Amino acid sequence: MPIWLYILASVIKSAIVLVVLLTAVAYTVWLERKVVGHMQNRWGPTRVGPFGLLQPLADGAKFLFKEDLTPPHVYKPLYIAAPLIAVIFALTSISMIPFGNSVTIAGYSIPLQITDVNTGLLVILGMTSIGVYGVALAGWSSNNKYSLLGGLRASAQMVSYEISLGLSLVGVLIMAGSFSLRDIVNSQGGHFWGFIPRWNIFTGQFIGFFCYLMAAYAETNRIPFDLPEAETELVAGYHTEYSAMKFAMFFMAEYANMITVACLATLLFFGGWNGPLFGPAILQAILPVFWFGAKIFAFLFLYIWVRGTLPRFRYDQLMAFGWKFLLPLSLVNVIATAIAVAW
Amino acid sequence: MLSVHLILFLAFGAVAVAGAINLLAQTHPINSALSLIAVMAALAGEYLLLGAEFLAAVQVIVYAGAIMVLFVFTIMLLNAGVEERTKGSRVAIIFGIPGVLIGSVLLGWVMLRHSGTEAVAAGALPGAPGVIGQLLFHEFLLPFEITSILILIAIMGAVVLASKPPTTSVGPATLTAEQKVNT
Amino acid sequence: MVPLSYYLALSGILFACGVVGFLIKRNIITIFMSIELMLNGVNLSFVAFAAHWHALAGQVFVFFVMVVAAAEAAVGLAIIIAVYRTRETLNVDQVNLLKL
Repeated sequence: MPIWLYILASVIKSAIVLVVLLTAVAYTVWLERKVVGHMQNRWGPTRVGPFGLLQPLADGAKFLFKEDLTPPHVYKPLYIAAPLIAVIFALTSISMIPFGNSVTIAGYSIPLQITDVNTGLLVILGMTSIGVYGVALAGWSSNNKYSLLGGLRASAQMVSYEISLGLSLVGVLIMAGSFSLRDIVNSQGGHFWGFIPRWNIFTGQFIGFFCYLMAAYAETNRIPFDLPEAETELVAGYHTEYSAMKFAMFFMAEYANMITVACLATLLFFGGWNGPLFGPAILQAILPVFWFGAKIFAFLFLYIWVRGTLPRFRYDQLMAFGWKFLLPLSLVNVIATAIAVAW
Repeated sequence: MLSVHLILFLAFGAVAVAGAINLLAQTHPINSALSLIAVMAALAGEYLLLGAEFLAAVQVIVYAGAIMVLFVFTIMLLNAGVEERTKGSRVAIIFGIPGVLIGSVLLGWVMLRHSGTEAVAAGALPGAPGVIGQLLFHEFLLPFEITSILILIAIMGAVVLASKPPTTSVGPATLTAEQKVNT
Repeated sequence: MVPLSYYLALSGILFACGVVGFLIKRNIITIFMSIELMLNGVNLSFVAFAAHWHALAGQVFVFFVMVVAAAEAAVGLAIIIAVYRTRETLNVDQVNLLKL
């Protein structure tokens, strides 16, 4: 493929993925408000548009018009840079994620992925590691004791659970033999006995999936691990002093991280875009993307369901859970997978 | 001749050197920490140029994503402020800036004296994780295990050193009757 | 094609900045960061030589350097916290008496 065509295709893919991702972030907020509302026996947003579907637009307009207040004694460079860091690294993880097989346009086959790096999983882990800085620097630069405590607690929590996150992925890597996300999905094609799909969760990675889910909930600071940003404990934690657009950026970063976690869970444990294919050829090209989207929706629903149901951990319970239960469990998973594969 | 490899090398190198000089020039430790993170990210780019992709990813995850978080954490915890200008620091600056220049120029000149003949191609190293894994677990198994023990010792040491000192415990023979009742 | 000496020159500049930072800075945390800068410079020269002589041991050695740097950073920062608790200062010039 000539180089200019490759660059053009990459730019178009990046633009489409970015637009879809930002819309997905906005509508995940809507989904959360509706689902949590119905779980609490109330309606959720219903006024703005049918079923409240235009609520994200109203929220966006509100954030744009709110007063952007900068408190007087903050450390300005980091105060402005912290939400930018959080958003940039949350959105960059999506560039590694494959959405489907290749489509053939005008004789060239274009893979449905912005780049296929052969250490894709490590790059996503790296982006998660650097996202910790957004939280820590926001807490420190706000010149506010609640923000500082929230920032310290959040960064300690995220760093602790990164280890279990990485280890829970090692089981998948041992079984797939490659760090590239496309290879991991391709190794989950096919069926057992004709109808059970050969997804990693059915071929022995159940403990790995459980560890990954717990660690990912803690990494994205969601209930039951959201003490650092709980309103009743620490005012609002590390984003206390932020208003309008900067607060919206933290919000976007959190939901973009949720979507990345859901994408990774489907790719690594649930077979990615593998699903029953039927119909004419054009439908067979679109159907994998549809299965991928359906699985991501299921994971987002799970996130919101857990949020509406469970109470949050106290901080020492949270750290004890991460170090004393999840880390040994992930190690046991790695050893068991390695022994199983070696024989 | 200007190849893409040379341009990228110079770009990453410029960021690394700018970060290093900024680390020396800034007075507040948090700015120095952020400059060091920029240096590490630029070095990860350099490793990618040489083909060591696994090493570049590990540099970002371990160095920039964990060790520097530890530094930033400590700066936040101890509320480190701007360095004061004492007599010692003024003397240090008078000798320091010529020192940086002389040291860098000397080292750079010594290294560049033999330039021209040997060149490193972009992506010269086979840096795939599998290759490094083979080496780590076959030829370098002993250092690998020893460094695991080293990390374990470091964790224990850090936990002990940073924990609060125990309250002074009085031996049982010296407790008065009132203290015996209350404890 | 970049000559090997360019990589070594960059590594040397970073190392020199680290050494000078270690000598002129007064804040203990910044001194520690200069040590990390020196280690990074050395890592770059390891990888450059590994690429030049196609000796993969260079890359593996960088791993060990990173591990040692991590262990040293953890213990060193714990010592800094312990010193701060007793001396209430982070300036090395003021930690110059054995007894408080």
